[in-house]
Amino acid sequence: MKPKQQSVTRLPLIGARQVALLEKLSNACAVSGDEGEVRRIVQDELKSVADEMKHDALGNLLVIRKARTESFLKVMIAAHMDEVGFMIVDKEEGGLFRFEMVGGVSKSHLAGKAVWVGTKHHYGVIGAKAIHLISPEELKSPISLENLRIDMGPGGSDHARVGDRATFATTFRRVGPSLIGKALDNRLGVATLIELVKHAPMHIELQAAFTVQEEIGARGASVAAYALQPDLAIALDSTPAYDLPDWDGQENTRYNTRLGFGPAIYVADAGTISDPRLISFLVATAEQYRIPYQIRQPGGGGTDAGAIHRSRAGVPSVSVSIPGRYAHTPAGLCRISDWRHTLALLYHALQDITPSILETERRMP
Amino acid sequence: MKELIRKLVESVGPSGYEHIVRDVVKDEVAPFADELRVDALGNLIVRKGVRKENGLRVMLSAHMDEIGIIATHIDENGFIRFTMVGGVFPRNCPGGRVRFMNGVQGVIGTERTESVDKAYMIEQLFIDVGASSRADCPVKVGDVAAFDRPMLDLGNRLVAKAMDDRISVAAQIETLRRLSDTPHEVYFVFSVQEEVGLRGATAAAYGVDPDVGIAVDITMTGDTPRGMKMEVALGKGPAIKVRDGRMLSDPRLIRHMVETAEKAGIPYQLEVLEGGTTDASVIQLTRAGVPAGCVSIPCRYVHSPSEMVDIRDVQHAVRLLLEILSNPIPL
Repeated sequence: MKPKQQSVTRLPLIGARQVALLEKLSNACAVSGDEGEVRRIVQDELKSVADEMKHDALGNLLVIRKARTESFLKVMIAAHMDEVGFMIVDKEEGGLFRFEMVGGVSKSHLAGKAVWVGTKHHYGVIGAKAIHLISPEELKSPISLENLRIDMGPGGSDHARVGDRATFATTFRRVGPSLIGKALDNRLGVATLIELVKHAPMHIELQAAFTVQEEIGARGASVAAYALQPDLAIALDSTPAYDLPDWDGQENTRYNTRLGFGPAIYVADAGTISDPRLISFLVATAEQYRIPYQIRQPGGGGTDAGAIHRSRAGVPSVSVSIPGRYAHTPAGLCRISDWRHTLALLYHALQDITPSILETERRMP
Repeated sequence: MKELIRKLVESVGPSGYEHIVRDVVKDEVAPFADELRVDALGNLIVRKGVRKENGLRVMLSAHMDEIGIIATHIDENGFIRFTMVGGVFPRNCPGGRVRFMNGVQGVIGTERTESVDKAYMIEQLFIDVGASSRADCPVKVGDVAAFDRPMLDLGNRLVAKAMDDRISVAAQIETLRRLSDTPHEVYFVFSVQEEVGLRGATAAAYGVDPDVGIAVDITMTGDTPRGMKMEVALGKGPAIKVRDGRMLSDPRLIRHMVETAEKAGIPYQLEVLEGGTTDASVIQLTRAGVPAGCVSIPCRYVHSPSEMVDIRDVQHAVRLLLEILSNPIPL
């Protein structure tokens, strides 16, 4: 497809300002169901450019950039604001709190980690028995959640109550070409979508959905898509990269995605079989602008697209993710280059997309 | 009808990639359709008739997709690692053949394991398409394939991959062809992505907004040596579904189907399926709710590359559907 000169915007770049915004987003706490802190950051960033901004019943932030042309596509891009974490469920003596996990967290990642509790980010730690005291027998058995507590110290009893959320207390850092932080899944997507809204083309209606409760089943996206009724949709997310060499020297065949290979385009995950028209459009766009891309290994996992494509009478959908190592652990790691290339791919895709993409029935080109 | 069935089951159409099958169906139904459209997810929706007095908007649904596989990695020697699309049993895979959408064929091989009595995991399987390196492998990550096997005609019994649910697609086509007079506005839906979670029918039902929904799908049988305990058998007629893993059929609809079959002298069986479900389960939950039921065609060896049906059950299913659609449906 030929690039259209319909817009005065230019390709947005990832500079110090964008990294600073991602830092703010990553350090914010927004465990599923309690996304207010991230939502306020997004609202502040976009209130001056949005044609419409709506905060819906479930907490999704729906930001519209209207088309300036007569006929236009309604393109929904969804990036979830929430992250996995914890919920306080019981208060015990001396600043100790029992907690449950929210979303996909592994118990083996918990012991000995510092956490931020509540909207004021009170500091605590998930206690664990010191190695000095662990018997050889105990070492063999996995840790159970029943035996773990968030310890906020004797003064901490007043700093948390049942229902408060907690996250890993990891402060964002830039390390050379990499970024390290918590909740890069999916603050990377949120930061990217903010740039796309700021640089939206004029020939489409861009429906930016900053969604809630993705990590517990794409619940926010489901109602957002119902309200927006898009012509097509892209879920913008972050997906694990497990691109390490296999320990026995065999070829690693199960990496999901690889750092440095660019945006990961989805063909199929557990929730969605991407629309082949949209896959080939994104691939063609990447090749035309010489943007590196990778096909995410088909398999499990899911994004907001799983809910969106089933909305009403169906919505052609695809997902694009920024690869990141160690997702859902205390610290993820991604490459700035993958972020930049994902932004470039979606920027050009929005610039070049036309209604003709839906004129043919769903099929492989 | 056997030639139509052969054409349908030998087409490649794993979930999400039903367009080849859809093209076959479209050619077959176009002369008989009052209206024909393909929706956003690829469902083929064919209308016949207008609603008259005593008529309803009736949605039938048979899914076009079949289970299959999708390539996840091409290794340095050109072997293809894959994962399943829908309910593929790894135990049915070794030695099987597959065909990708682009026509490339291959055979499924296995890693060597220490214990021969343990079932393979899907991660231990790979596809060999005759390539010797990643560079000369004609398959890319994300390419989809279906099991590859010609139909076997055993007289009354037919064996093929994808009988689930092309046999019902054939039954719906035949029903549409022979439906001459109906008080109903009938939507014949040929749905997509059933095997991965009834996704096509979810969207199609919302779009059609029917008064009553009937899925046409296969069901399992209990008539093989030391098989599962189940009443349904091959050759005893279509099965009127009472219940499955995700749906209780509307009792008024069950009663009406039973009475219709008895009045017309059509053999039938009653079906209670412990696991599994059909498009009817999502039609039932559409919008404010839809009375739904299912006409099932008994099938042996479900989700293997050799699924067996009895052609007489199919013919009786068509007769039953014609009787239902030609007369008022009391609800």
